[in-house]
Amino acid sequence: MLRFILKRILLLFPMLLGITLISFFVIHLVPGEPGIMDLEMTPKVTKEARERIRAYYGLDKPIHVQYWMWLKRILKLDFGLSFTPDRRPVIEKITERLPITITINLASMAIIFIVGIPIGVYCAKYKDSLLDKSLTALVFAGYAAPTFWIALLLMLLFGVYLELLPISGVKSFNFEELSVTGKILDIGRHLLLPVLVSASGGIAGISRFMKNSLLEVLNQDYIRTAYAKGLPERIILRRHALRNALLPVITILGLSVPGLIGGSVIFESIFSIPGMGQLFYMSVMARDYPTIMGILVMGAFLTLLGNLLADIAYAVFDPRIRVE
Amino acid sequence: MKATKFLCMLLIFFLFIVSGCSPRKEKVSYEKEGKPAYGDALITASLGEPTNLIPILTTDAPSHEVASRIYNGLVKYDKNLNIVGDLAEKWIISPDNLQITFHLKKNVKWHDGKPFTAKDVYYTYKVITDPKTPTAYSGDFILVKKAEVINDYTFRVIYEKPFAPGLISWSVSILPSHLLEGQDITKSSLLRNPVGTGPYVFKEWVTGQRIVLCANERYFDGRPYIQRHIIRFIPDSASMFLELKNLTIDMMALTPLQYLRQTEYGAFKREFNKYQYLSFSYVYLGYNLKHPFFKEKKVRQALTYAIDKKEIIDGVLLGQGIEAHGPYKPDMWAYNGSVKKYEYSKEKAAKLLAEVGFERGEDGILEKDGKKFEFTVLVNQGNDVRIRCAELIQKRLSEIGVRVKIRVLEWASLINEFIDKRNFEAVILGWTIPHDPDLFDIWHSSKQGKKELNFISFENKEVDELLVKARHTFNIEERRKYYHRFQEILAEEQPYTFLFIPYANIAIHKRIKGVSPAPAGVSYNMDKWYVPLDQMRYKSYATVYP
Repeated sequence: MLRFILKRILLLFPMLLGITLISFFVIHLVPGEPGIMDLEMTPKVTKEARERIRAYYGLDKPIHVQYWMWLKRILKLDFGLSFTPDRRPVIEKITERLPITITINLASMAIIFIVGIPIGVYCAKYKDSLLDKSLTALVFAGYAAPTFWIALLLMLLFGVYLELLPISGVKSFNFEELSVTGKILDIGRHLLLPVLVSASGGIAGISRFMKNSLLEVLNQDYIRTAYAKGLPERIILRRHALRNALLPVITILGLSVPGLIGGSVIFESIFSIPGMGQLFYMSVMARDYPTIMGILVMGAFLTLLGNLLADIAYAVFDPRIRVE
Repeated sequence: MKATKFLCMLLIFFLFIVSGCSPRKEKVSYEKEGKPAYGDALITASLGEPTNLIPILTTDAPSHEVASRIYNGLVKYDKNLNIVGDLAEKWIISPDNLQITFHLKKNVKWHDGKPFTAKDVYYTYKVITDPKTPTAYSGDFILVKKAEVINDYTFRVIYEKPFAPGLISWSVSILPSHLLEGQDITKSSLLRNPVGTGPYVFKEWVTGQRIVLCANERYFDGRPYIQRHIIRFIPDSASMFLELKNLTIDMMALTPLQYLRQTEYGAFKREFNKYQYLSFSYVYLGYNLKHPFFKEKKVRQALTYAIDKKEIIDGVLLGQGIEAHGPYKPDMWAYNGSVKKYEYSKEKAAKLLAEVGFERGEDGILEKDGKKFEFTVLVNQGNDVRIRCAELIQKRLSEIGVRVKIRVLEWASLINEFIDKRNFEAVILGWTIPHDPDLFDIWHSSKQGKKELNFISFENKEVDELLVKARHTFNIEERRKYYHRFQEILAEEQPYTFLFIPYANIAIHKRIKGVSPAPAGVSYNMDKWYVPLDQMRYKSYATVYP
């Protein structure tokens, strides 16, 4: 077991290196360069000025040299300075946006699981009933409807017509003057719609997943045995079926680890939430290479880590697949 | 059971949050002009967040917009686009047009209380021309042969050659030398905590959310009436429009659709005034003049005849624009209104093309020497206005037997892979119309190099001469003559088909008075806007609700 984990951890490093190598070269292939993206087709910007800006960002060096420089820095966990005129450290730009993104993602993940799993269990238990079908239809409608459209409709209803919730942003202007409960309420009011909207898509996936997984388990022999020996259905479902059916959820949890720091450009833009999705989008549009690489490296690391954790957790919870 | 309980709790939590204190809109009448008073706040919104607030280091519009409230230049444009003094009391141009001597205002203080002097101007000049400064705006300043501080309030620049746009280049934001001298400007704390001389003092910048500016009570041109200017960052224009409808922002540029249809209801008109002025930009169809067909002047003229500009304005802009016939807009002094105009006429187009030797082939497409007249128009992705223009042009040109294909490309690849490499036939793009009419960089034949802007390869000896003469002349009457002739040649040559100049539409809350659209737009006198006492909305900071 320990050897297995160690091997997996050692494997992380060449994989990370490969990921950074490919991403670095790919993003440099995209037309356009940092610092001058807004300056395309601008009179008054001379060729000399362009060259000056290129040299300032070190873009006049060959690309493998640039990669080597970047790699040397990243080994010291230094993400470098952003290639936008603010020249702030990449790590600062990322960390100031992480809390809000993680909060929203955790909250929406909680909603997805809390709402999605019961729906799945219900649908499996009463398969093909009217309620099963209508729940499925509802959940799929939520999945299929475009986020931006739902978001705008909700904003129009709760913000403009009912005047119950703020339309966009995370905090009120008078946030600093509020009491602690006031602050929590204020953030809650601002985040309610974004969290609901971002959860609306995920519920469909998890409930379908849960339903299928549970149905599969319910067809197993040991469930029939349990019925045969006269156990009440509640106990069969809870103790025997659900436990086994929940195992694949571990994989899903593992896979959602990198998702915690990834935001959605669409709803972040609509709700004016200064999160990771917007940062990544803006960095790509500005060809801010160090920030793009910073986010990619973190994402790649978390993905690998999430997979590793899922594998380990699986081994812990399911004795059947423990590797020899 | 547990699940039901939980859901109930969730519902209660939801109701609790939703029922939280929400201010109802008060019914105040905003009709009266009232008297100017100090106070209230103006909340505007910006799609993008500034990158930093030292303007010479930034290139994005949001940064420059915020910085323009904080800094001053030596000169500026007034509402009618005349150059007037800003930090300069007056200036004297030497008879040989080589020297400009600025006499600076004496009562100006930086926001930190230190006096403003000629040293600051000199520092700004030095840092822009320093090869180590990553600025995009050094072009106008490296033409200065010598800059000198005569005394604390006199500053002189000497040019190698007379350079007319030189004067307005001194509208560049003057930076505080006492805070920057001897430092690396790219690492300065002023990037996010600027200190200027302008009407508003920087107060706070909450990343991803807003910038707050406060009125400069010592402003040399009089303390601004509106006490706070808050710029919120709202990256989505649909959300921004909802915020406007919800009265949580006070001002927003409207699309033609929003202007004409979505803001025409009573509740909106009760709260907002709408203003309109000609924007400083035009859209054109540019031809690659190296292309065998487009080389021919008559072909370009024919295409202009065949394109119905009015239809484009009505169809794409819902009528919110005017036809363009040249590179300037009618309310500028350089504009020539009597150039050759090409009314929509299929017959004239067909006649001209026949003169050049085009004949209809079997499939109805024009041909010359066995080559079909078909070409591709490039447009940038996301710009629906231009894409729709391309579609209308495609339809009109197909009527005279020209087959047009449309290719939509991402902006950076359009510029880097096609325009810069001259790998295009025709393209729909727009230019910003500069306040100063100097268009040397776009039309002079020497500007055809890589990354230079005469990408259509326009060459005309007379235009070259006119442009050079005009930029070396300070006398407006004389410059006007040169530019009038320049526009006549462009109209005759039709290197572009100039399509339209759109209107800028803007909604501003009614309580804000003193707004008067002019050729310069609306924001030129923002520090003179006011809210009468009885109409003020945000009386204290705490009442400013998002």
